[in-house]
Amino acid sequence: MSELRKIGALWYREVLRYWREKSRIVSSLILPVLWLLVFGSGMRNVQLPGVDNYQTFIFPGILGMTLLFTSVWSGVSIIWDREFGFLKEIMVAPVSRTAIVVGKALGSGTSALVQGFILLPLSMLIGIRLDPQSILLLIPIMILLAVGLVCVGLLIASLMNSMEGFNFIMSLVIMPMFFTSGALFPISAAPGWLQVFSYFNPLTYGVDLLRWATSRGTATALPVYAETIILMGFAAAMIAACSYTFSVKK
Amino acid sequence: MYTAITMKQVYAIETFALTKRYGKILALDSLDLKIRPGEIFGLLGPNGAGKTTAISMLCTVNSPTSGTALVNGFDIRRQAGKVRRSIGIVFQDPSIDDRLTGRENMMLHATLYDISAPVARTRINELLGLVGLIDRADSPMKTYSGGMRRRLELARGLLHSPRVLFLDEPTLGLDPQTRQHLWSHIEELARKSNITVILTTHYMEEAERLCSSVGIIDSGRIKIVDTPANLIGALQGDVVTVATAKPDDFLERLKELSFTHQAEVVDGTVRLHLSDAEKKVPVIVELASAAGIELKSVSIHKPTLNDVFLYYTGKEIRAEEAENEMRKVMRVVSRGR
Repeated sequence: MSELRKIGALWYREVLRYWREKSRIVSSLILPVLWLLVFGSGMRNVQLPGVDNYQTFIFPGILGMTLLFTSVWSGVSIIWDREFGFLKEIMVAPVSRTAIVVGKALGSGTSALVQGFILLPLSMLIGIRLDPQSILLLIPIMILLAVGLVCVGLLIASLMNSMEGFNFIMSLVIMPMFFTSGALFPISAAPGWLQVFSYFNPLTYGVDLLRWATSRGTATALPVYAETIILMGFAAAMIAACSYTFSVKK
Repeated sequence: MYTAITMKQVYAIETFALTKRYGKILALDSLDLKIRPGEIFGLLGPNGAGKTTAISMLCTVNSPTSGTALVNGFDIRRQAGKVRRSIGIVFQDPSIDDRLTGRENMMLHATLYDISAPVARTRINELLGLVGLIDRADSPMKTYSGGMRRRLELARGLLHSPRVLFLDEPTLGLDPQTRQHLWSHIEELARKSNITVILTTHYMEEAERLCSSVGIIDSGRIKIVDTPANLIGALQGDVVTVATAKPDDFLERLKELSFTHQAEVVDGTVRLHLSDAEKKVPVIVELASAAGIELKSVSIHKPTLNDVFLYYTGKEIRAEEAENEMRKVMRVVSRGR
């Protein structure tokens, strides 16, 4: 019970920090808008198998991208906490490592979620109509994806000594995850070697489910329940891995 | 919050051959230390002497390579959780969230240490009042000065009523006035809450002013533990400092005199411990002129803790060194975000 209260307090801190950094909220919306409105419009007449309207097709992909970038970034931002000493305050407190990781993941997940929600009205601009049921389906998918991805960021942070290595991580981990996830083109249209990468990429199932929820009726690569289980497994495994990393003393 | 007191517990802190090794470097070499409840204990040492290593192991942030310690009667290896609950820490580097307000930082701390919200609210007000921050409680940390941040950290360290408070270089990088101010806060808080305080410091006047007992540590080993008064008294007499271009030659010549067995060269000046120095200085000057060694200056002063430190470590403790380190931190801070 007391651990829950502590997780709550750590979650609240993340949310407060996010809320007080409004410039970041705005700036992180620029990229998805560019993808959606500029890239999406430019590619409108491209013919891809199984894609009727390209903008409609990439909308869930861009939603997934926003979750990916925001979550991994918030996870990696624990480096600031380390550099500015705040992490020490948490690490010496009588709190379990799992509670620290879960609090951070939920807090960062919340900011990613808010970021995702701000994007939803944009769907109307490009002619997608989201009914309440779609939105209800999107929420748990977004939460699951965000929690797993925040922990990816935390794991990366534990391997990095400073923020300087972030560009490297960006091109080595984040961009490949984005490009192989089927966010921008249907995986079925990709060559076989690329499909292999996609199937190992947890984001693929996230994007696939987001697509299934936004324009329902779209066929998913695997059955919906299987993809959900994969995402849950991914989030659980990442939380476990982070808790382990955090409990190892230097 | 905290009730269990072990019957046989005589010391607030007791270490048993506490050792830390980083690869080949022996950061702390079998430390044996006993600190009684209610003391303000100062751990003095030059940079890299092992002060922070010792403290971080006692706070269970770091695990010992061998040996162990009891903090409030709890074993740092096997009862880390109980140790943590019973101690408060003010780190050398700032450890507050600067996007939050003072009160928010305090409240987060209270929750992490299982203090119920109503109790926390009263106690936070009380402590913020004690360190003179009640008016600024709801301003973001970003607007706090260095001294105010330190005071907030001090108040936060005491929030969960710890029985031992660790202060790692509490006044590092603060201006002399702020430092004085913080000292009175530390004294007052220690007296009012009746706790044991362990502090590390570079500043000898800080140790002299605050500590009831000090331990001098160098290269991972404790050299001596005693009260500042005893340590200074043990030096006997006065300290004579002689500046000359040829300190080593002069030291050699000094051995001819009968009363100069306590002489050494420290940082290019010759230092002697003498009784009745006023009478002996003329003899020394005479010796120098007979030997043709030119003296730049000769000074006599009563020994201070600084002389004690020099005597045991052979090193001048440099406040500037510490401040350079602080500046490094500040650079990182200003580069960030």
